[in-house]
This record gives sequence, C-alpha cells and structure tokens, in this order.
Amino acid sequence: MKTVQQQYEVGRHPDLPPPLVERGVVKWVRDNFFSDATSIVLTAVALYFLYKVVPPFVEWAFVDAVWNADHRNECRARGEGACWAVLRARIAQFTYGYYPAHLYWRVNTAFVLLFVALAPLLFEHVPGRRYLLWFSLAYPVLAFFLLWGGLGLEPVESAKFGGFLLTIVIGVTGIVGSLPLGILLALGRRSRLLIVHTISMVFIEFVRGVPLITLLFIASTLLNYFLPPGTYFDLLLRVLIMVTLFASAYLAEVIRGGLAGIPKGQFEAADSLGLGYWKSMRLIILPQALHISIPNIVNTFISLYKDTTLVVIVGLADPLGISRATLADSKWQGLSTEIYIAIAVFFFVSCFAMSRYSLYLEKKLHTGH
Amino acid sequence: MRSLKFIALCAALASLAAGGAKAATLDDVKAKGHLQCGINTGLPGFAFTDNRGNWQGFDVAYCEALAAAIFGKARGNVKYTNLTGKTRFPALASGEVDVLSRNTTWTYSRDTDLKQTFVGVNYYDGQGFIVPKSLGVGSALELNGASVCIQTGTTTELNLAGYFRDNNMDYEPVPIETNAEAIKLYQAGRCDAYTTDASGLAATKAAFDSPGDHVVLPEIISKEPLGPLVRHGDDEWADIARWVLNALIIAEEKGITRRNVKRMARRSGDDAEANRMFGNEGSFHEMLRLPKTWARDAIAENGNYGEIFEKYIGRNTDLGLERGVNALWTQGGILYAPPFR
Repeated sequence: MKTVQQQYEVGRHPDLPPPLVERGVVKWVRDNFFSDATSIVLTAVALYFLYKVVPPFVEWAFVDAVWNADHRNECRARGEGACWAVLRARIAQFTYGYYPAHLYWRVNTAFVLLFVALAPLLFEHVPGRRYLLWFSLAYPVLAFFLLWGGLGLEPVESAKFGGFLLTIVIGVTGIVGSLPLGILLALGRRSRLLIVHTISMVFIEFVRGVPLITLLFIASTLLNYFLPPGTYFDLLLRVLIMVTLFASAYLAEVIRGGLAGIPKGQFEAADSLGLGYWKSMRLIILPQALHISIPNIVNTFISLYKDTTLVVIVGLADPLGISRATLADSKWQGLSTEIYIAIAVFFFVSCFAMSRYSLYLEKKLHTGH
Repeated sequence: MRSLKFIALCAALASLAAGGAKAATLDDVKAKGHLQCGINTGLPGFAFTDNRGNWQGFDVAYCEALAAAIFGKARGNVKYTNLTGKTRFPALASGEVDVLSRNTTWTYSRDTDLKQTFVGVNYYDGQGFIVPKSLGVGSALELNGASVCIQTGTTTELNLAGYFRDNNMDYEPVPIETNAEAIKLYQAGRCDAYTTDASGLAATKAAFDSPGDHVVLPEIISKEPLGPLVRHGDDEWADIARWVLNALIIAEEKGITRRNVKRMARRSGDDAEANRMFGNEGSFHEMLRLPKTWARDAIAENGNYGEIFEKYIGRNTDLGLERGVNALWTQGGILYAPPFR
C-alpha cells in the first residue's frame, strides 16, 4: 500500500472496493463455514457426510435407475439402481386409486377447479374475485358431484377412491370443514352461556384426549355395531367426519389462543360502538385473532394433512394402502424404498407449499406494530 | 362434501327409524347385487393388485368363486374390503363384509368367543423362521436371545411367545404391521429373524435381492389352518360358503378344470357325484337356494382348487410353494372334501 502514488487531494480519495477476502462469495463462505475452529470442524464433517451420501444416492436414484421394466427381476438384471419402473406401472393407482379409468377426467377437472376455487380465498388480487368467491362457495357441492357422480354423471362409490386423490379429498375436506367448526368451538368455549360452554369444552377435551387412530377405529368398527344391521354407512364418509372433528378440536384451541391474545380494550371498543356479539366478533375480534393464529392454524393443517396417512390402518387405499397392495404383487415385491421416496416427495411438496403460503400471509398481514 | 355427510346422515337415521329386520345373508347379497368380500391389504400370492388395479390372488379367487356361484360370474358382482389384522373380525361381525377370505387361522377362540364360523381350510400353513445365513443358526432352538420381527394382532405372535417359553429361551420382539415392513426391517438387520407363516416366508425370501443368503429354519412351530369364514347366525350362508370351497376341491379330485368344466357339467356321465354337483341328478342346488349352475360357474371362474393354487402360489410363481400337505388326500396330502350327496 505504501508504494501507491498519492494522486488525489487529501480527503478526495475515492472508496476502494473491499479486499477480495472481505466481499462476495469468499466472505460469505468464510463467515458461514470457516469462522472459527468449531465451524471448520463441523464444515469438514458435513462435507465428508455429503460426500459419502450424495454421490451414491444420485447414482442409485438417477444414474443406475431403471425406468422401463415389467418385473422387479428385470430391474435387478439391468443394474443396482432404483427400480422406478414400479411407479411407472402403478402411477395411475397411486394417483387415482381404483377410480374407473374412463372417468379420470372428472377427478382432473375437480382438481383444477380446486385451485380456481382456492385462488380468491388465498389471494386478494385475483381478477373477478367477487364472482369467483361465489364459485368457491359452490365448489364443495360441485366437487362432490364430480367425484362421486350423480346428476346424470356415472356414480362412483367411495371404495374406488385411493392414492393421492384420497389424500387430497380427506385433507381438503378436513381443512375446509374444521376451520368454521374450530372457530365456533373456540367461541363456544369462551362463551358465558353455560350449556354452549360445557358442550364445547367437553367436545374439545374429549377429542383432544384421544389419538386420531382411536377415532378412526371407532369410525371403522364400533359405529357399525350401533347402527342397525345391514345399514351401510360409507367408510370414507365416517373417516371424513372423524378427521374433521379431530382437526376442529385442535383448531379451536389454536384460535382460542388467538382470542386470548386480543387486548380487552378491543372487546370494549366493539361494545362501545354498539355492535352485537356476532358483529363484533366478525368485524373486530376474529380478524385480529385469526391473524395472530395463522402460523399455528397452518401448522394444524399440515399435521392434519399428514395424518391422513393413518387411514391406511382402517384399510382405506391412500398412497400407503396402494403401496401395500403393490408390494404384495410378486412382480414388484420388495421395492418399498422407491415407493416410500415417491410418497415422501409428494407430501413434502404439498406441505412445503402450505408453509410458504402461511409465510406469505404473515408478511402480507404484518402491520408492524 | 358437507352435503354428502348430510345425505348419509339422513339415510342412516331413516334406516334407524325403519329398523333393520335381519334378513338372510344370501338375500342381502342378492338384493345389493354384489358380494362384499373381506381380503388382506396386500399379501404376496394371496391378495394383491395387478398393474391395472384389479385384485388377484389365492384368497381373492375364493371370493370370485363364491360370487360366481351366486350370480353366475364374478365380474362386477364382487367387491373387496381391505382389512388389516385388527379390523378383520369387527368388519365381519358388524356385517360390513359378507365373508372373510383373508388368510385367517382357524382357532378355537375365534370360532367360539368371536362367534365366527370357519367354513373350511383352503391352505394348511405353519409358522416358521427365516434367518440370514451369516447368523450361523441351523435350528430354531438356537435362537435364544435373538430379536424377532413379528406381525402384531396375529396368531403368530402368540405362537412365538409360547414356543420360546416352552423351550426356555428369551427373545426380543420387534413388532411390525405388514409383511412389506417386515422385509425392510429384516433386511436392514433390525431383527435377527423374521417369523410368519411358511407361505409368507417363501414370499419374503423370493423378494430378496440374494435369496441364497437366507435360510428358512426347518422347524414349523404351529398349525395354521387358513380358511374363509362367516359370522355366526346364518347357517345357510355358511353352508353356501363351505360347499363352494368343497366344490373346488372335489373338482380337482375329479379332474374337472376351468377348461373342461362346461363340457363336464353338460355331459351326464357315469360319475354320480359330479352329476349331483352339476344338477344333472336330483336337485341339490335347491338345498342351498342357488342357481342350478352354481358349481359349474364357481369352477369356471378360476378353475379348481389345484389350478388356483398353481396360478397364484404354486411352483411356477415367485412364491414357488409345493403342494405338500395341501395336496389332495389321494396324492399324499390332507385336503379332503366331504362327499357331495
């Protein structure tokens, strides 16, 4: 530095760029991975671990993988890699279950329309939002007829539902049904009306005190004993009801937490404006309470969505149920790793999308108190 | 979806109000137009789906034969409910399924306490062990202290406990739910041995990348007569289920196959028993309230017992099971159907 010729007036020297090691990628890597002895060791261990895990996985999952085969042995004969051929052969079952193939278009339509119906609910700036909201309201009925048939469409019984279709049906029904129910239960539990309060409390405490599996077993086995013999009460329907009730009890507590976080002044302000109970809740209290609860609500939704895999225990053909039937076919026996990875990817993508949306919502609603 | 709930609730309430007078199962089945058959959620050879999503297998074939006996053909007349080891008995008892054909062991308490009627045995199984060769074990009696993968809610669980207790050995159970899960855990070395019915072990071994590295131990520690069952209270229905199974076995005895059953049923030859079965002599079908062609249709569906065995679990399948004790009594086995008269 000393050799540099002073060519500027004193105080007029322009800022030099920071030295190489203090900027850009180099600095970032230094700060994050090699800042002190501990991090250097940890980085080294992590790199070694990745080196041990990633290349073999890539080799297994992509390089040596077999996509086209009719039999497990054919895969084995061609290489040591993943036998994705099983997914190729069974993709329709994993997507639609045993839904009749010539009616797949109905499932696809319902799936696409689901996003059309969700858009105005999830995002504010959607063209024609006011009209679309009516569509969202009508969507459950529309989806019901599309999926189950009726109104001139060929009926499809719920035993034919399976795969990701079943996951989405249970997940979406549970989420859509449990939110209003959860809000009502939360309000009920805070109510000063003795009966409403007691019913809500007993319901919430009972449902929360029992594992979902138990409720599913009640749905699948016990209910039939109470109903008269010969009554066929659709298993999927029973499961849908149980899942919705289960989620609503958890949501009620989440929302109650949100309600408890609203300062008393807000209630009093609503009262002093002369608003009745429902109006004050709808206009003043709930919007604020729900804002506070968003991360927890989404958390409950995600866990509900993943809990749908438990229905395999009562014999429904969700992706795990389909995988059981697939793995029992001696053609594809023993390929559980491939199948479970595919199912995991599906769930990760759905749950990650939900969690991203919740972040977006939090940012949008963050008013910076 | 909420409208769906509403409709179903109304329907349930309406039928509650109407009160269900319990009709005969056969009439119920005819009225709803299909047989509801309880099967496994997936067991190699016995119940699995093909690439098009149709259920197949040794247990499924029985459902098809039964449906064909009632309706003339199985296609479109049989529906399946997948049942786990835990849900199978409640589903049968509550009437959710008409018949259970799910590799279920016939035991005293299931017959009496659980109030079910086993209509026969379609596979004589027995519980065995599979271990990696590297374990260096040649007999089940050397398994002291081993960890054992075991399916919950099955008779195998109790047999295992009994066998180790009787021989003064310790073991560490590793409970699992399904066969597929067991294969993974066993291959990952989570348990030293896997125990299930010998047929299941054959299927498991067939799925391994290197089957030669594993041995099935010679000991068979239990009797596992597997067969279809119905609930108590409708003997007529139990008779139908029983004689469809017997008809399949008798057909093998007489060399009546899927291919020649139509011809055999038409021709009134010298075989009096076949003539009775096919309705050419007497009116035996009326005793079961089934159509005259019931036996022909049941056999035409998947063939006789032997054909079903060979198609799904026999030597030429991946399971590669020998007939063994499941051969006809005339061929050294113990398969023996009562006479049709």
